[in-house]
Amino acid sequence: MSGGYFHSVRLKGSACIGCVTCVKYCPTEAIRVRNGKAIILAARCIDCGECIRRCPHHAKVAVMDNLSEMRKYKYNIILPPPSLYAQFPPEIKMEAIWQGLRDLGFDEIFDVSASSEYVSAEIESYVKNYQDGPRPLISSACPAVLRLIQVKFPELIKQVVPILSPAEAAAIYIKEEVVKRGEYSPEQVGIWFVAPCPAKGSNIRQAVDVNSTAITGAFSISKIYGEICRVLKEDANFSDWQDHVTTGSSYGMGWGAAGGEARAAGLNNVLIVHGVDEAYEVLEQISMNKMHDVDYVECSACYGGCLGGPLTAVNKFVAEKNLKQRVRSMRENEPVSRKETLAKSMRCENFPVSSQAVKQLVPRPMMQLDEDIVVAMKKFEKMEEVLSSLPGLDCGACGAPTCQCLAEDIVQGKAHETDCIFKLRASVKKLAQGMLDLAEQIPISGRQAKPSHKEDKNENK
Amino acid sequence: MSDTKKMKVTYEVAPGDFERAGEASSGIKRLLQRIGIPAEVIRRIAIGTYEAEMNVIIHAGGGIVTAEISPDSTVIIVSDKGPGIADIELAKQEGWSTAPDYVRQMGFGAGMGLPNMIKCSDKLDIVSVVNQGTQITMLFYHVDKESK
Repeated sequence: MSGGYFHSVRLKGSACIGCVTCVKYCPTEAIRVRNGKAIILAARCIDCGECIRRCPHHAKVAVMDNLSEMRKYKYNIILPPPSLYAQFPPEIKMEAIWQGLRDLGFDEIFDVSASSEYVSAEIESYVKNYQDGPRPLISSACPAVLRLIQVKFPELIKQVVPILSPAEAAAIYIKEEVVKRGEYSPEQVGIWFVAPCPAKGSNIRQAVDVNSTAITGAFSISKIYGEICRVLKEDANFSDWQDHVTTGSSYGMGWGAAGGEARAAGLNNVLIVHGVDEAYEVLEQISMNKMHDVDYVECSACYGGCLGGPLTAVNKFVAEKNLKQRVRSMRENEPVSRKETLAKSMRCENFPVSSQAVKQLVPRPMMQLDEDIVVAMKKFEKMEEVLSSLPGLDCGACGAPTCQCLAEDIVQGKAHETDCIFKLRASVKKLAQGMLDLAEQIPISGRQAKPSHKEDKNENK
Repeated sequence: MSDTKKMKVTYEVAPGDFERAGEASSGIKRLLQRIGIPAEVIRRIAIGTYEAEMNVIIHAGGGIVTAEISPDSTVIIVSDKGPGIADIELAKQEGWSTAPDYVRQMGFGAGMGLPNMIKCSDKLDIVSVVNQGTQITMLFYHVDKESK
């Protein structure tokens, strides 16, 4: 069904009661309820995690790694994104969080806020040197948006900047660094991301933006947050471990919230869009050429950017407040200008450039009814015909999100007209009427027969 | 090509109804996605149709949008019984517009309608008679322009 496409979002069957909440909220109409349980149509799923967020029964889960996986590696590096720090109030010092990660068994920390700054610089120069192609350029940072573009807006692939995500860039860099130090071979190094969403988890198992990822695996933010809280000490004694941590400035840290990317890249003529419905809408407008006078669209599938990811622990507004306060206090100790701040912060030599690793997205169109255009046309006509016979209430009781989807499923042989309860009711009524008619035609013996009006009635028919 | 390999859909465009503007073009777009036309081609057809649809709403007091789809091409015919275009060559120039102020205030009427339609389509014909109406016929081959 999926062509072997890997997804992090899964169904926990025992918890699902078939309520169609997820079916209704899925932005790509990728879920159906069949036989009382939700199923995910792998070819359509973009791993945005909207179903995880919406399911009232917690039946949708993301497949992420367990901390025990670390034991397979001799040297473990963790890549904490700004959204992890945003789970903690700003009074909790970065050092205390780092100490917590050290206590969990990590050997080195490379903050995604650090790599974000190199990525920002690449975005800045790419946007400023971009000449003739279609506009606006679209951020490549959110993997759920990339997947949405693959399935619904393949015409926009060329407008996505060919630039690595900060986590991937960090992984490529730090892996090479560690191996260069000579103590460990590449196979002995584990590189772990802390993901706010299932899309970032999927992108490690099956990357859409690079040929092969340098990231070993991902834990959810909520998991790592819980583990850190367990071991957190107010006073971290950290002086002996300072050189095991690479971190960024306030600009890298700001990437965690919507708008941080554009700010770090120093772009002004930009649009900041977050939330999967909004992302969908803006991509539609970009496709219609309504945005050609904008330079860059920073687009993420979660409200609030990564802070609103479905695998985070604290509320997105609390996280936003935490992050903004942390950024503000970092800003107090930094040079006034963005350029100076970044120059002071970016001290990694030979940081990887995207062109070495990034690959263009592959279209994954899901709308077409058949490989053969003529057959697809026939199916379309049939679909319209079926649709006009459905009630148009989009009630979801059939297990499809809309009557239109049911019509499509019927034409594709995946559903039946009587999956519609209104159609079923009409069929039952017709059947009952038919049975009644038949019952009246059953021959009875002359003794039972009463001379009656029934004969007249039959004649009238 | 036999007619069994063709399909035709028609949309009515209501006059002055900016709320519903774009219904024809997005309907045609969805249809083309369903039958598997290349995304880049669909994008051009949708933009071209939208421009024509807007022209009908702005200038002509309503009209008809028809899409004739065959496996290798789509023909969009947009016709109205509006005021007609006095000087077609002038209308083809970028920035030339007769849209009233209230329309321009809404962000339309920048004089890019016809030029955009020409840019998007593979062939464009206009028949227009002043005070009788306009018919625009746009042909689109189902081939990605950039890969040609």
